[in-house]
Amino acid sequence: MSMTTPRDDARLWRSTFFAGARDSIPMLVGAAPFGIIFGALVGTAQLAPWQGQLMSLSVFAGSSQFIAVGLMAGLAGTLVIWLATFIVNLRHMLYAAALLPHVQHLPARWRWTLGFLLTDETFAVVESYYRKHPHAPLGHWYFLGSGLAMYANWQFWTVVGLLFGAVFPQLQTLGLDFAMVVTFITIVVPQLARVPHLAAALAAGSTAYALKDLPFKLGLMAAVVVGVAVGVCLTRLHATEAATRGAP
Amino acid sequence: MSATIAIIGMAVITFFIKALVFILGDRVAFSATLRQALGFVPVTVLTAIIVPMVLAPHGQGLEWSWRNPQLVAAAFSVLVCAVTRHQLLTIMLGLAVFFGWQFSLG
Repeated sequence: MSMTTPRDDARLWRSTFFAGARDSIPMLVGAAPFGIIFGALVGTAQLAPWQGQLMSLSVFAGSSQFIAVGLMAGLAGTLVIWLATFIVNLRHMLYAAALLPHVQHLPARWRWTLGFLLTDETFAVVESYYRKHPHAPLGHWYFLGSGLAMYANWQFWTVVGLLFGAVFPQLQTLGLDFAMVVTFITIVVPQLARVPHLAAALAAGSTAYALKDLPFKLGLMAAVVVGVAVGVCLTRLHATEAATRGAP
Repeated sequence: MSATIAIIGMAVITFFIKALVFILGDRVAFSATLRQALGFVPVTVLTAIIVPMVLAPHGQGLEWSWRNPQLVAAAFSVLVCAVTRHQLLTIMLGLAVFFGWQFSLG
């Protein structure tokens, strides 16, 4: 039984919710140029502005939206667009599986909502939160705060892109996406103290670079598979060695 | 009209992928190996996303040069983070170096 009053609970979930939104601020900044560029590209795909906004509202997955607009501009068939969407977004299943232990106990409406709000950025922020607070009872409010902040941010910058996109052709070279890079670095670096994690990161990074020109972000998928395989093999090897050494 | 159908189809596919594991949750059992593997997902995904962005920021060839602000600021950020273990400090210093470097290169 909880010893807190309803008012304490309300205060706690509210502060957890806003902590999730606040910790996502670098990601919000990092996503802004992508939202603007996406909005600006909508016109090139013979889409009406409302259709571009509909895509941001209903799909809410940046890289697949970019690819879809590129395919539509090239007059690709609907089935090709759907297949590309499936492949590019498949990585979210890995994210969901990693977060599942923290979400499993929630009512279905929470799981549907948090699933819809799952993105690269929110995964990075929320996964790092759960690693620091493995037993946080209100972690789902943190997840919701990060997800809704990213959602509102994406809608806002899509509108800005739709309205003004054509006026700022050089936004991509401004390099605001570096905010995302440096945020990811702060999440990755503390994990590299363990040898299997360092090896997994090196393997994933070099595979991703070597295969960066593969279509549909397949290089990213391959890099994750290679990196995870290296990490698991080294962990196993280490465990075997420790067991051998520990044997009398 | 067909574009609207394409968009709605994309939304359904993406929602299905994102929410499936959360919804089936209680019915999906993860083996020890799978759990171990999933522990390596964050570090590999994040590294795989940023390495190409840093080494080839223009999506062309390798830009292994001090004139590449992404590379210089990323290397600096890794160093700051390894030494200080302070997230916000790393982000602020990293961004400062990035924009400073980009600005001074014109």
